[in-house]
Amino acid sequence: AAVPSQVVPGADPSARQLCFAWGPAEVLVCETLFGRRGGSRAAARAGGGWAVLTGCVAGSREGGPSSPRLFVVRKDQDIYIQTLRKLFNESHGIFIGLQRSEEELAGKARKAQLVQVSKNYRSVIRACMEDMHQAALSARDPALHSQYSTQVSILSAMELIWNLCEILFVEAAAAGPLMLRLLDWVRLHVCDVDNMVREVLSSENPSKHELFWNVVDIFVLQGRMDEARHLLSKEASANPTSMNMYKILDDLMKKMPVPGLGNTQTLTEMELKWQHWHEECQRYLQDGTFASHSHMESICKILLGDEGAILERKELMTTWYHFLVTQLLYSHPTVKPTELRLYAQMDLFLGGESSPEPLDTILMAAFEFEMHQVIKECSIALSNWWFVAHLTDLLDHCKLLQSHNLYFGSNMREFLLLEYASGLFSHHSLWQLGVDYFDHCPEYGRVYLELHIERIPLNTEQKALKVLRICEQRQMHEQVRSICKIMAMKALRNNRLGSALSWSIRAKDAAFATLISDRFLKDYCERGCFSDLDLIDNLGPSMLLSDRLTFLGKYREFHRLYGEKRFSEAAKLLLMLMTAHIAPCSFWMTLLTDALPLLEHKEVIFSAEQTYELMRCLEDLTAGKADKQKFQQSNPNSAHLQDDVETTKVEMLRLALARNLARVIVKEGTLEGS
Amino acid sequence: AMEDVCAKFVSQKISKTRWRPLPAAALQPPDLFATGSWDNEDNSISIWSVGDLGNAGLNSEYQVEPQLLCDIRHNGDVMDMQFLDQERIVVASSTGTVTVFRHHQNNQTLSANQRWEKAHYHVDQDTCCGGAACTGVICNNPEIVTVGEDGRINLFRADHKDAVRTIDNADSSTLHAVTFLRTTEILTVNSIGQLKIWDLRQQRNEPSQIFSLTGDRVPLHCVDRHPNQQHIVATGGQDGMLSIWDIRQGTMPVSLLNAHEAEVWEVHFHPSNPDHLFTCSEDGSLWHWDTSTDISEKPSFLHQGGRSTTYFSHTTTNQSVASAWLSNDPTKDRMEITNLIPNQTLSVNSLDVLGPCLVYGTDAEAIYVNKQLFA
Repeated sequence: AAVPSQVVPGADPSARQLCFAWGPAEVLVCETLFGRRGGSRAAARAGGGWAVLTGCVAGSREGGPSSPRLFVVRKDQDIYIQTLRKLFNESHGIFIGLQRSEEELAGKARKAQLVQVSKNYRSVIRACMEDMHQAALSARDPALHSQYSTQVSILSAMELIWNLCEILFVEAAAAGPLMLRLLDWVRLHVCDVDNMVREVLSSENPSKHELFWNVVDIFVLQGRMDEARHLLSKEASANPTSMNMYKILDDLMKKMPVPGLGNTQTLTEMELKWQHWHEECQRYLQDGTFASHSHMESICKILLGDEGAILERKELMTTWYHFLVTQLLYSHPTVKPTELRLYAQMDLFLGGESSPEPLDTILMAAFEFEMHQVIKECSIALSNWWFVAHLTDLLDHCKLLQSHNLYFGSNMREFLLLEYASGLFSHHSLWQLGVDYFDHCPEYGRVYLELHIERIPLNTEQKALKVLRICEQRQMHEQVRSICKIMAMKALRNNRLGSALSWSIRAKDAAFATLISDRFLKDYCERGCFSDLDLIDNLGPSMLLSDRLTFLGKYREFHRLYGEKRFSEAAKLLLMLMTAHIAPCSFWMTLLTDALPLLEHKEVIFSAEQTYELMRCLEDLTAGKADKQKFQQSNPNSAHLQDDVETTKVEMLRLALARNLARVIVKEGTLEGS
Repeated sequence: AMEDVCAKFVSQKISKTRWRPLPAAALQPPDLFATGSWDNEDNSISIWSVGDLGNAGLNSEYQVEPQLLCDIRHNGDVMDMQFLDQERIVVASSTGTVTVFRHHQNNQTLSANQRWEKAHYHVDQDTCCGGAACTGVICNNPEIVTVGEDGRINLFRADHKDAVRTIDNADSSTLHAVTFLRTTEILTVNSIGQLKIWDLRQQRNEPSQIFSLTGDRVPLHCVDRHPNQQHIVATGGQDGMLSIWDIRQGTMPVSLLNAHEAEVWEVHFHPSNPDHLFTCSEDGSLWHWDTSTDISEKPSFLHQGGRSTTYFSHTTTNQSVASAWLSNDPTKDRMEITNLIPNQTLSVNSLDVLGPCLVYGTDAEAIYVNKQLFA
């Protein structure tokens, strides 16, 4: 099968080679520096059904031969049309409703439900069409006006196709009612003659209007018998001479059997009545009742389903499918759905004057019950995935597509939904709608969502929370972690340690929590006080996320106890931070220095045992330091000053510890003695 | 009464909806509201009419869908929005800028009236980027208070060029919302589950009181204060929980009410009938919390659809209503809870109630108006 192609506007593959990079929703096409060599191939191609929209040109402004250009080729052109956003949003609700309605009902009730869903989709299309029409009317710019008008006709074609599919596939109308549905379909969509009808009916004396008989014919061709008879009665009262003729024609039109919708009439009864009526019409035509009046004679011929007579009124039907329905009405009113293919043809109507357009091919495929052909042709002809994705999903719910599996990916429904949702995700705002579509693609939806959701730009925390909610609801742990990490990094860059910590706690990201805790501790060492006390004092159970965070929380607790003059509790906690190895080694010197005022306090705070432990901590620390120094023998001079300060600190600590030990031995000895 | 709800698809995701306040003597229901959008390439502030405009030419006189009166571009996502008075709207932007827009009712246009560029910022206010999202704004004409992702609190006065007061690093986490407690005191909620009271008369840059959820530090996203009983405060959290606080006592909420399955984006006591409360959420629902069920007679003004001065004379009724919010288990016997949106899927980002009217906006790019809330 021929793959349809579209040319990227501005790209010139005959002069320059092109290269591609595939993205989740867009393709980047760029011209390489190499000139074209060898046989030239066809234009740059986008895959089947791809609509090429944006020639987003970057690079040097001069259009010279050496200007490399970059094109962003989007899959779904219509996603970016502002007025269609209503269509996408409203149909999203209907789509979700349909997925939820799943299988509760059976048989007739289920069918009624599906028909209702189909009608809802159509009414959204129509509402959108109305908006677009208004926009076209109020558009001053001619280019804009024609753009809107084009959209109106595209939406109108979409609704026409959908309506036919609804009759033939969703409702699957039976012989009899099928005819009535098709008539409604024609009446709804053949609007070209409406102006003529309006003009004649609103004129002072319709029967004298030059288009009077055209309007009568329009009514007859559309099976609107009551309206045709009403008009005819006006003419009759003005022409008493041909009164008899009118009466007979009026009687024939009145008696025409109509397939009933809800009544008890069987198909056979209907066919029998029809036969009688047909013979009666035939009789009047043959005995020349209408011979003196060409208009009435031709109407009688139409009633008899005379192909030639109907074709003569071609310009009043405007389309071949109107012709088809009229012909069926007057020759096979009880046509069965499966027999439609026998009668559907457009050559006779088009008569070689014009070649069929995509719309004609699509409708023909529908009449032939080639559902997959309909979807395929629509994919090619329309510049959006909305239509095929929703129609296919509906047909799939009608259980009409089950046998059809693609040789790639999943089935057709899922394939089209994935394409549509990917298009939504490429839009800066509509991406939220895409999520639910991916949710209802059992095979690949999850993977697609994972790929797309990570590419949503997170400019505010609120947006991040919305994306995060989507991921958390679907247990997408990897993405949750990555989003929290991005937000934590952002907060860290902005010096918002508190926010950064909150984000890493939410992601349960221990490594990052450690990193931030270290920043807090570093700030403390530099400034001598804690920032963000409101957060650190409220860590609660999340303190346990990382060792360093635990240390941070506990260390702050030490300061609080100290501040509240609960010295012995503070001392105990301080020692524990070292002995239980909660504090990182690099921080021990700070902790020991914190112990100094407690050691020098006028009351004895550390017990003998605690003092010994403190001493061991100090010795462990200095021993470790000494080892390290031995290791890096040739230390540069700059470190000397630092070492001096450190040595002084150690000396002070040793002195304080010794003095404290002396005091405590005396105190404890006194206590024991007494 | 779902059939009273009128929907309009507006082709932009709605982040905020606000009724224009009624003049003091007004008897008719509100007829005008403002919306703000988010996450669009071009965001905007729009003014909508739901009244009959006095236009005799308009065909239908009842259940008119909202008509767009005017709109104006807004730089960045609309994060919050409050009417300062009948004509001016204060808008908080994701760029950190706070703008006052004026609605000119004679020719139906909007214009930017006053702007505080980067009222909220990270690190350095003067760099080209570095604005921090302004997440909340509250007005008490002429005073305007804003809070942001930068943990900063700004106090502005309309028509003053510079901030009257700024508390840098007021909160180490993100401040999500702010409301007035009294004329000089404000309430803020943050992303680690704290509710703080700030006294703006004091020069100290510390809150005067901190309340907090125990345990999981669930972020709080919105806050509202009971219009008559100022010690009763409602907040909505990330886990969908509605918390009622009595700020006279304790540091924890009096009751936790579970309704939503995701973030509660807004909570509002009904301004003139505070035994009714409304919350909306990321999960696509909008709940009406009604504690008036025990009272045999509903206040009659609601049926007339106007303001009532008689209502507040029934002090006894009023008392029992207030205590209903503070009773230990309000769900059990006193509260009636209704979801006003049965089949919604996407987030309801904002709601506003005034008189008998409710307006709300969604991520499904639709605004909804219900003019017979209590019918």
